[in-house]
Amino acid sequence: MASLKALKIRIGSVKSTQKITKALNMVAASKLRRAQQNATAARPYSERMTDVVASLASRITPGPQSPKLLAGTGKDDTHLIIVATSDRGLAGAFNSNIVRAARRKADDLIAQGKTVLFYIVGRKGRPVIQRLYGRSIIAQYDTSEMKNPTYADAQRIAKDIVDRYATDGIDVVHLAYANFRSTLVQEPTVEQIIPVAPRRPSDEAAEPVAAHKAAAPAAVEYEPDEEEILADLLPRNIAVQVYRALLENQAGFYGSQMTAMDNATRNAGDMINRLSIQYNRTRQAVITTELIEIISGAEAL
Amino acid sequence: MAELHFELVTPDKLVMSDDVHMVVVPGVEGESGIMAGHAPYMTTLRNGEIAVYRSQGAQPERIPVTGGFAEVSDRGLTVLAESAG
Repeated sequence: MASLKALKIRIGSVKSTQKITKALNMVAASKLRRAQQNATAARPYSERMTDVVASLASRITPGPQSPKLLAGTGKDDTHLIIVATSDRGLAGAFNSNIVRAARRKADDLIAQGKTVLFYIVGRKGRPVIQRLYGRSIIAQYDTSEMKNPTYADAQRIAKDIVDRYATDGIDVVHLAYANFRSTLVQEPTVEQIIPVAPRRPSDEAAEPVAAHKAAAPAAVEYEPDEEEILADLLPRNIAVQVYRALLENQAGFYGSQMTAMDNATRNAGDMINRLSIQYNRTRQAVITTELIEIISGAEAL
Repeated sequence: MAELHFELVTPDKLVMSDDVHMVVVPGVEGESGIMAGHAPYMTTLRNGEIAVYRSQGAQPERIPVTGGFAEVSDRGLTVLAESAG
């Protein structure tokens, strides 16, 4: 049986761990509120943008002159997967879920004989990807200085990606992140962002609004013409999608961290109870032994 | 006269969503005043000011915007800008 002193030290260390997890839980809860607001505030913009780009895209017949970001390069050989994770851990399975979704996509593509490259945003995605796919990481965007994702960050990432798209012979770009559903549910998602994915009627992303628009293409007057608007819009659309992913990630991360830390605090509480019982039993056993020793000593006289 | 539903959206937030009389947007090919019942229309914007007239003859409310575009549909006018205000 563990000695009294060892038990006492053990209880002390679990208690201080509990303090840490409790503090992290509260910090995450307060940051979550902020992040959630940001994520919700950014949704209208990205939804409108997606709608507009989709409706524009449906009006243009892709030809050799149409923008590459819309029509693609005509090939389907090299895929780039942007893996957006958080910089910190202690958030349950949050990061590993994103990485797993990205890996599943990558393995699928590799099985089809495609080349897969990775672009890493955030620190936590790197180790696994590096171990499994080694040299396929073409770049990493350092987010360690970034407390809250700003649109400027997203623009930098998007610009980097668009530049690479033009020069590195990449045909398709996917974005892997976690969609924030609620504090308890973050949904790892892999979306195709370049070329703009054609919308199928069965596509869950196609909301009633978009479906309605596609069904009744009113005679819209464009100024300048469709192609020029698109050329202007498409790079911006990518920045918007990246921005949204970053915000969703941020909110999801705090949600996940809050839940994980809540569990950890509860587990620590259980452990403290168990250890205290064990401590008290041991203490009683020691007292009993001492009493027996005294009594038998007295009897022997 | 019917009011025009006007929304100004940036990546950070929905800046304005209101029914107004007229909005003048700085399109790349010139300013255009949008009122209710305008035909479907889309234009990219140059950096400049949007003028929102809440009612006829009222003093316009001016909002500087950068990098955006405006879309008029049957749901009204939507301006998506990278920054506003």
